[in-house]
Amino acid sequence: MSSGNLILIALIIPLAATVLIALANKLPNLREAITLLSAVALIIVVYSILPLVLDGNSPGLLLFEIFPGLEIYFELEPLGMLFACIASLLWLINSIYSIGYMRGNNESNQTRFYIFFAIAIFSTIGVAFAGNLVTLFIFYEVLTLSTYPLVTHKGTQDAIHGGRVYLGILLSTSICFFLSAIIWTNVLADTTDFKTGGILNHVNDNSIILLLLLLYAYGIGKAALMPMHKWLPAAMVAPTPVSALLHAVAVVKAGVFSIVKIVSYIFSPALLSDIIELNFLLYLSGATIIIASIIALKSDNLKRRLAYSTISQLSYVIMATAILVPISIMGAAMHILAHAFGKITLFFAAGSIYTASGKTKVSELDGIGRAMPWTMGAFAIGSLSMIGVPPTAGFLSKWFILQGAFTIESWFAVTVIVISTLLNAAYFLPIVYMAFFKEAKSHNTISNGEAPLPIVLALCFTALMTIVLFLYPVYAMQILTLLTGNVS
Amino acid sequence: MLSNHLPILQVVIPLIFAPVCVILRNGTLSWVLASLVSCITFIIACLLLTSVSGGNNITYALGGWVAPAGIEYHVDLLTAYMLLIINAVAAVVVIAARESMASEIASDRLYLFYAAFLLNLTGLLGVVMTGDAFNLFVFIEIASLSSYAMISISRDRRCLYAAFKYLILGTIGASFILISVGLLYAVTGTLNIFDLSDRLGNVENTNTVITALIFFTIGIAIKAAIFPLHLWLPDAYTYSPVIVSTFLAGTTTKVFIYALIRFIYSLFGYEFSFNQLVLNDLLMILACGAVLYGSIQAIRQDSIKRLLAYSSIAQIGYMVLGISIATELGLAASLAHVFNHAVIKVALFLSVACIIYRYNTEMISQLHGISKFMPYTSACFLFGGLSLIGIPLTAGFTSKWLLIQASFSAGYWSLVIIIVFSSILSILYVWKVVEAAYFKTPAVELSNNNTQNAPRLLYIALFIFVLANLYFGTETSVNIGFAKDIAYGLVN
Repeated sequence: MSSGNLILIALIIPLAATVLIALANKLPNLREAITLLSAVALIIVVYSILPLVLDGNSPGLLLFEIFPGLEIYFELEPLGMLFACIASLLWLINSIYSIGYMRGNNESNQTRFYIFFAIAIFSTIGVAFAGNLVTLFIFYEVLTLSTYPLVTHKGTQDAIHGGRVYLGILLSTSICFFLSAIIWTNVLADTTDFKTGGILNHVNDNSIILLLLLLYAYGIGKAALMPMHKWLPAAMVAPTPVSALLHAVAVVKAGVFSIVKIVSYIFSPALLSDIIELNFLLYLSGATIIIASIIALKSDNLKRRLAYSTISQLSYVIMATAILVPISIMGAAMHILAHAFGKITLFFAAGSIYTASGKTKVSELDGIGRAMPWTMGAFAIGSLSMIGVPPTAGFLSKWFILQGAFTIESWFAVTVIVISTLLNAAYFLPIVYMAFFKEAKSHNTISNGEAPLPIVLALCFTALMTIVLFLYPVYAMQILTLLTGNVS
Repeated sequence: MLSNHLPILQVVIPLIFAPVCVILRNGTLSWVLASLVSCITFIIACLLLTSVSGGNNITYALGGWVAPAGIEYHVDLLTAYMLLIINAVAAVVVIAARESMASEIASDRLYLFYAAFLLNLTGLLGVVMTGDAFNLFVFIEIASLSSYAMISISRDRRCLYAAFKYLILGTIGASFILISVGLLYAVTGTLNIFDLSDRLGNVENTNTVITALIFFTIGIAIKAAIFPLHLWLPDAYTYSPVIVSTFLAGTTTKVFIYALIRFIYSLFGYEFSFNQLVLNDLLMILACGAVLYGSIQAIRQDSIKRLLAYSSIAQIGYMVLGISIATELGLAASLAHVFNHAVIKVALFLSVACIIYRYNTEMISQLHGISKFMPYTSACFLFGGLSLIGIPLTAGFTSKWLLIQASFSAGYWSLVIIIVFSSILSILYVWKVVEAAYFKTPAVELSNNNTQNAPRLLYIALFIFVLANLYFGTETSVNIGFAKDIAYGLVN
């Protein structure tokens, strides 16, 4: 089968799933079977494209042209491939988890939930495979709109308010800044295709390049660069599987992915590193890392703490990109991968705790590790990955980023990484400590034991993956090396 | 051959059948007649479009009197494009109108509505079709007078005030246009638009011509509801029957935007209007005001009709903005938006028509949770709204893209900021409705099962226009393709 068809099939699978799920509305078991089967099918398709990309090919597919200059075009390159692999694999894991969570908590409107989830995955794959900015933007917007009903799933006043903030910030930043930047790029370069070496090299005016970069950095609200980060904590009103996959992986990763991709293939790092003042991106992301970590430290609500931790980790990716040497961009990509598995584990654990005991606050977690050893064990591994301690994947990415920071001798970046590592430890380790070593304050609520089996299975798998990525980074490294080839 | 007479048939057919409606004195029969006539004119418009899309313009001398002595009808791509928009909206809206109109006005007046509708259609088509400046004024008056009648026909007594206000302002506007045509005639001795444009070359900088341009621009600005001369529009859209609002929103203001483009590019000349008289600067300021003012007012409304009316003022601002950029791309953006906005606004107004038919209210505060009771209508409104905001893959996105691209290419940074900022405002006012429809606790009155769901034809019309929003957002050979061709033809 031609690679173009495979791309198309990868997009059709989640889309077809939405229709089938809608049809199976009245039959919950069939409905969940459809979700799982489509997730498996998507993984098969995505991983059968992978070897092509690893061989150095970049298969493309022109779907259609809205009008000249506005094409729906897909093209694979290592970074997008990596993102698609993460998203498709985690969709399966997350679906297993969702089944346990949604049934365990007797959530309403489950069909709607699975439908919009599949659309969100569809758009994530679209973002990953996008071959030009227009396509990227279209799927980026679909992702925003399709996750909105998921954020407001509970339909409570809080959920509506959260949804309003979510949609308001993401939609307005993207239309205001992102779209303007794309059109401007199109006017300057007469194309919006992602090309190795960038498409803006002929622009001599540094201020235009800087302004464009600023528009992209803030236009991609999903990357949650402060002060455009408020939507992420607001989105935490969603059911935990949504927070786990979408707000730790798909949505936010679509944001930082876009930034890495734009810096690599629209501007090219070489072009940007010629312009000294560029470092504003470095400072903005550095500041975001520290501030978000401090807010996380002060939050008692577990999901809120995780949300701010996500904001800070996203800025790691942005900062790594802003360092602009191949090794650090490799670190950025690695961090997308490492953080995906680490953070989804943590969210899974938070949802597991909620399902089993109804607890949402950090201060209530004393002694819970004894009742839920698997959950809290996985939580501990996830925390270690966030901090960047071996043997977890987070260590690798931090290593590359630090290497990049030393290469350009940016002591600011080094300091930020060191301080934030300490802060990460300060807000994650106490949770682990309290869970395992402190006595429960009141015994009656703790005794529920572990969450349903699907939940425990899912979170153990992702925790395991965090370690496996550290021990066998061969495949990941292969794809990352290709990426460095493209950006150097 | 009949096909040689298509240009005149386009205008004359609705004109002849308007009095027939009055003779029939029967609402249903008049509806059948009006629907048939609109379908026929739509077919004629399609035929005209296919015959001019190759690049051959059609000229038709009325009564065999050759221009410039006689009145000439002139069909070029711009004309055919506008005819397509007007006729498509007219045909679909009037076919869907029967039950909705019957529920909103007294049954013994229904035939009057259809008569006025056909006259209005005649006027609008005539404005677009004619190549004669005075004839243009006549058709403007036919269109305007019949629209005053259509607005004042509602049961809601406030419509009388709305119609009166429109009458006063509209007449002032028409008088200004007449004065302008008179002045032009005084200096050149001709009324044919293309002949005028030839003869103006020698007398361009005289005060008379400049005054004519000023009078014309102000007159059209009133008619097209260009901020700050839009005062008639919100009341007219709010208090008239919803089908009338739908039709007006989809056609009337667009036709006056057409007249503005036609006079600037084919009559006064681009050089003269823009480079010498900086009309574009003036229009740009007004357009920016329109975009911001309309959007902000829209956010504050509780009546959906009024909200859409203010949104129309903002969208008209976009069209004028495109013209004022004064480049080929800007003009293309403007023309594309004329088309897209017709598609968007008609879809939105038709969904409001469904709601009004069933619940007899258009107040957002009374329609909480309506998505539970009218899921399809709410979804249609949502899609129309997304298109209005300019979300990718909808029609609204394509013209917004062109508009921003035109602003960037011409170096108007501030315009880009205003366009994107007003997009944010449009998210706010669209979401105000969407949120009330989807997320508020359903109002008690709505759950009353005795209410009758909207008629099938109305739904079909709504679906056609919502699908059109998606279609023209992805396959743009009509809206963008023609708009670009027309702009190329007018500028070069």
